[in-house]
Amino acid sequence: MPELKVTPLGAGQDVGRSCILLTMGGKNIMLDCGMHMGYNDERRFPDFSYITDGSLSPFIDCVIISHFHLDHCGALPFMSEMVGYTGPIYMTHPTKAIAPILLEDMRKVSVEKKGEQNFFTSQMIKDCMKKVIAVTLHQSVMVDNDIEIKAYYAGHVLGAAMFWIKVGSQSVVYTGDYNMTPDRHLGAAWIDKCKPDLLISESTYATTIRDSKRCREKDFLKKVHECVDRGGKVLIPVFALGRAQELCILLETYWERMNLKAPIYFALGLTEKANNYYKMFITWTNQKIRKTFVQRNMFDFKHIKAFDRQFIDNPGPMVVFATPGMLHAGLSLQIFKKWAPNENNMIIMPGFCVQGTVGHKILNGAKVVEFENRQVVEVKMAVEYMSFSAHADAKGIMQLIQHCEPMNVMLVHGEAAKMEFLKEKIQQEFNIKCYNPANGETSVITTPVKIPIDVSLSLLKAEAKKFSSLPPDPKRRRTLHGVLVMKDNNVCLMDVDDACKEAGINRHVVRFSSTVHLNDSGPSLATAHKLHGFMKDKLPQWSVTFSEGEISVESVLVKVEGDDDENKNVYVSWTNQDEDLGSYIFNLLNTMSQ
Amino acid sequence: MKLYCLSNDPNKPCHVLTFREITMMLDCGLSMQSLLNFLPLSFVQSNRLLSLPNWMPNDTSDPDLEGELKENGDRVFVDSPPEFCPPLDKLVDFSQVDVILISNYLCMMALPFVTEGTGFKGRVYATEPTLQIGKLLLEELVIYIEQCPKASFATQWKNFLRKCPYPLNEAFTPKSWKHIYNMTSVNASLSTIQMVGYNEKIDVFGALQVIPASSGFCLGSANWVISTEHEKIVYLSGSSTLTTHPRPMDHHALKNADVLIMTDLTQTPISNPDSMLGVLCVVVGLTLRGGGNVLIPCYPTGVVYDLFECLSGKMQELGVSNCPMFFVSPVADMSLAYSNILAEWLSSVKQNKVYVPDEPFPHAMLVKSNKLKHFKHIYSEGFSTDFQEPCVVFCGHPSLRFGDVVQFIELWGNNPRNCIVFTEPDYDYIEALAPYQPLQIKVAHCAIDTSLNFTQANKLIRDLKPKTLVVPECYTQPPVSAPNLTELVIGNHPDSTLIPYKWGEVINLPLKRKQAQVFVDPNVAQNIIPIEVKPGISLSTITGTLSVKDNVHNIQNTSGDANMNKPVKYEWGSLNITEFLQKLSQEGITDAKVESLGGNVVVIHLQDEDALIQLEENSTHVVCNADEQLRTKLRHIVMQCLKKF
Repeated sequence: MPELKVTPLGAGQDVGRSCILLTMGGKNIMLDCGMHMGYNDERRFPDFSYITDGSLSPFIDCVIISHFHLDHCGALPFMSEMVGYTGPIYMTHPTKAIAPILLEDMRKVSVEKKGEQNFFTSQMIKDCMKKVIAVTLHQSVMVDNDIEIKAYYAGHVLGAAMFWIKVGSQSVVYTGDYNMTPDRHLGAAWIDKCKPDLLISESTYATTIRDSKRCREKDFLKKVHECVDRGGKVLIPVFALGRAQELCILLETYWERMNLKAPIYFALGLTEKANNYYKMFITWTNQKIRKTFVQRNMFDFKHIKAFDRQFIDNPGPMVVFATPGMLHAGLSLQIFKKWAPNENNMIIMPGFCVQGTVGHKILNGAKVVEFENRQVVEVKMAVEYMSFSAHADAKGIMQLIQHCEPMNVMLVHGEAAKMEFLKEKIQQEFNIKCYNPANGETSVITTPVKIPIDVSLSLLKAEAKKFSSLPPDPKRRRTLHGVLVMKDNNVCLMDVDDACKEAGINRHVVRFSSTVHLNDSGPSLATAHKLHGFMKDKLPQWSVTFSEGEISVESVLVKVEGDDDENKNVYVSWTNQDEDLGSYIFNLLNTMSQ
Repeated sequence: MKLYCLSNDPNKPCHVLTFREITMMLDCGLSMQSLLNFLPLSFVQSNRLLSLPNWMPNDTSDPDLEGELKENGDRVFVDSPPEFCPPLDKLVDFSQVDVILISNYLCMMALPFVTEGTGFKGRVYATEPTLQIGKLLLEELVIYIEQCPKASFATQWKNFLRKCPYPLNEAFTPKSWKHIYNMTSVNASLSTIQMVGYNEKIDVFGALQVIPASSGFCLGSANWVISTEHEKIVYLSGSSTLTTHPRPMDHHALKNADVLIMTDLTQTPISNPDSMLGVLCVVVGLTLRGGGNVLIPCYPTGVVYDLFECLSGKMQELGVSNCPMFFVSPVADMSLAYSNILAEWLSSVKQNKVYVPDEPFPHAMLVKSNKLKHFKHIYSEGFSTDFQEPCVVFCGHPSLRFGDVVQFIELWGNNPRNCIVFTEPDYDYIEALAPYQPLQIKVAHCAIDTSLNFTQANKLIRDLKPKTLVVPECYTQPPVSAPNLTELVIGNHPDSTLIPYKWGEVINLPLKRKQAQVFVDPNVAQNIIPIEVKPGISLSTITGTLSVKDNVHNIQNTSGDANMNKPVKYEWGSLNITEFLQKLSQEGITDAKVESLGGNVVVIHLQDEDALIQLEENSTHVVCNADEQLRTKLRHIVMQCLKKF
């Protein structure tokens, strides 16, 4: 039986640095190439030495990136330019447009702010992006003669895609991050019933069933409004693209409706540029935005202005969106340090934070945060977690499984304990195997094979004709019988006569005939009719036909001869292929005559 | 496999292909040549058109016909809302059509005629730009006609056709013409469209696979590859090998087809689009410099994007960049906006701009800098304040029978400093201008048709090497406009059989399916024991349970069915009599008497038993009336003497 091998180098029972190695049909495919935000050492990147110590090119046939979040593409320039990989990298057009900006952003924070050494350079990001081949949704792309890939809409962020991968008879779907409910700017993930051998699904919210989105939004707006009313400052750490745009739309409409005056700022000059990407890739957003974009572009914000560092110390209320989203570096962290000691202020974490980041610490209730330079910050501000992160919840994951009907499921990109729970549930509900390997652990999945062979149309048609001539019987099996001709690398199934012709040999037909004497007065035709009824009775699974005085079943012929007197000669004749049937009928008639 | 031709216009094609019990419509073009027989629709009363004299055939005095026909110069026009020539509905019942494939947005204007009120239950496949831009074209057409309601519909003139002068008397099947659909049926019709991407494999009832391949002609334009495991049919519609704004043509997907159906070649076989564009730029420059206005009748999408780009640059060069360009269409804003969000369907140069991010087309910039101004109508708010002469106006409809272009001709027609430039190839410009004559405005004819010309088409055929080539009959003869240019035909290609077709014909295509595909379960495959009957040729029987679902055939093990479990083998070759007799005697049968019946027929009598064996070269007949024991013994011996697979 052929096998599929899957080894997570990252995202195995973990969130961060998604990187999954997939081996199928002798091809090695890397799914995502992310970095871990929680680490500053070599654990930041996947351990490529697992594959080899040198260049990866001979060992990896292609790399597929699901979306632009750094925990899915952050290690790409490191892998291609520093470890060494010259093969193709696939991603969607929006991902290709946005990923290099986020990479550059992250590089600047790491190198210029934190002074990290041995990091990839701007040029490396550019060189890496040159290896990228952009794909459109549902387009079937042949990576080489054997690997075929196809992208499906995943919702999660602009340009996020799930990938269906096929090599030979095996197929795998890798979801990346996805969202099964449409939100303010994106649609819901969608996949057809592609029945892959394996579905590799994220499971960030494996145990969460989220309440209605409206309630969460109302809650969020209420909290922001209250804080601003008491003169507090609201910090919302976000990634430049994705959730940020959704929250901006939300606040913009609320400010408009409530006629609020407190300023809203969006940090980084990226705002306008980022929103431009949304305008240009409007076909990737949801129905509503697409329909109205000509009249009013949702991404032209009236109330939201660009932020300047000097505003940090401004008095009075304000709302600030700042990057990065997990408070691990950059401006959001800088603002946090200033605002955290004031209980009037509030921080809203709208997304998941990986372990090791400041975001993760304060969400877990840390009242004091210590930094590398021994700086200590007291956290008196209100800390709120709002799950706006567009991941599928448990219900959504189950829905996706139902839609695409996989033979096996593998959970990645989640926490081990939560995965266990969902794994149980999947195995119970769908009765399919579910895997959740840890990083570096290989899961081997055997897949059934179906061998495609050519068949002559006349053979199929003869079978169909025969089948439809029989009275309908739901229990009757359809049988296909033919001869496989293997000649000059061509393999074709055909009926025996065509096969002999094709092979250039003569078939030799062996026939047996025997006679039974039967005591039955009356015309021989009447006897034949009797026999026909009798045989039909005895051979319910067979088609027993009667024409011109002869009864036939398959190649077995039964003929009645004789005058109207008592004695009749019943000839039974059959070919060697129907020996069992022929001798059975002969014996039947023989017994009858005695 | 049959091909039905339902459209008279190879550039507005509509075919039906039946294959593997699937009825598939290829394109749904609407021939609009009929429009030229009608008077223009004007949303403000045009005294000139109103005062045209009635026309009556010489010897006729039918009061019902009174006022239906008007005369201008040597032409006669029908004074009625325009009518269109929909695809022929007599050959194929549209309710039986399973699938409609649309190649590009210019080939779907008849869709509401086919899908609405016909019982159509099938699916329509088109790319995203085809759907979005096609919707704009359908909407524009409906708005143009609905905004100029006519009090009466002319009907009688169709009974007097033979008495009418040319070209009305040669109108093509006017009794089948229909009035335009309304927005309700447009929307209902468009809702049957399923969007697809290039190279997306679409399964049609398990019987066929269809794939759209980029055709390079316009945004989202596609050629269609229809295939089974063994057959490949390519439907080639509007295609272009020139470099303009769309994604380039994908040749590779079209190669080695069993059947290539080729249609929608250039309508301007003699002229070259590049030189036409050059002439256009010169004409525009000269006219503007001379203080005249330029009127360019056009569709609201397509080549017009290239014209904006090219002209704005040229106007800069010629120092007339202070003259504004106006783009007037009910869908102008939508067209400009959509063109800039469909980056994935554009040429790589344009596509790469969005990575910056910049708008792929410069017209977004031109709009921002007020060089290009767009309005829904000339009576839209702001137009009269912004309007400034001299200027360039792009507006529809290219037939000059409705749309804002009618007003511009009224406005500018009598000034010889102005110029009207025909760029769309769909209508004969002399016919288009006929109801307005006499005119003082200068006329330039620079039809830009980027679709394949005959040289390109013949080269493509040589590259693609189809076994059978199917083309409209008119492509096998030189164009009517240039009967001497015998090279402007689809010629004979040595590797391909050429089959011409024409309107209303049903063609039998020579594609006989011989093979299909089955999937064999590994358990069944394990039982395959190949026997080499000749060097390099092996045979093995296969028996299994057949399951057919969605036209996919699977063979599984026949477990549990005792009758079927025994593998069936076949004997071959001939039986050696000496060897047979020897084996008989080994088994104790020594009374065999051999009798030759002539030819190769030999009968062996077993005298002691009630049995005989008749041997021929390719058959053996054992007649045995004795007990089963003897027969079984004989069978055993026969089998020993024969080869099996």
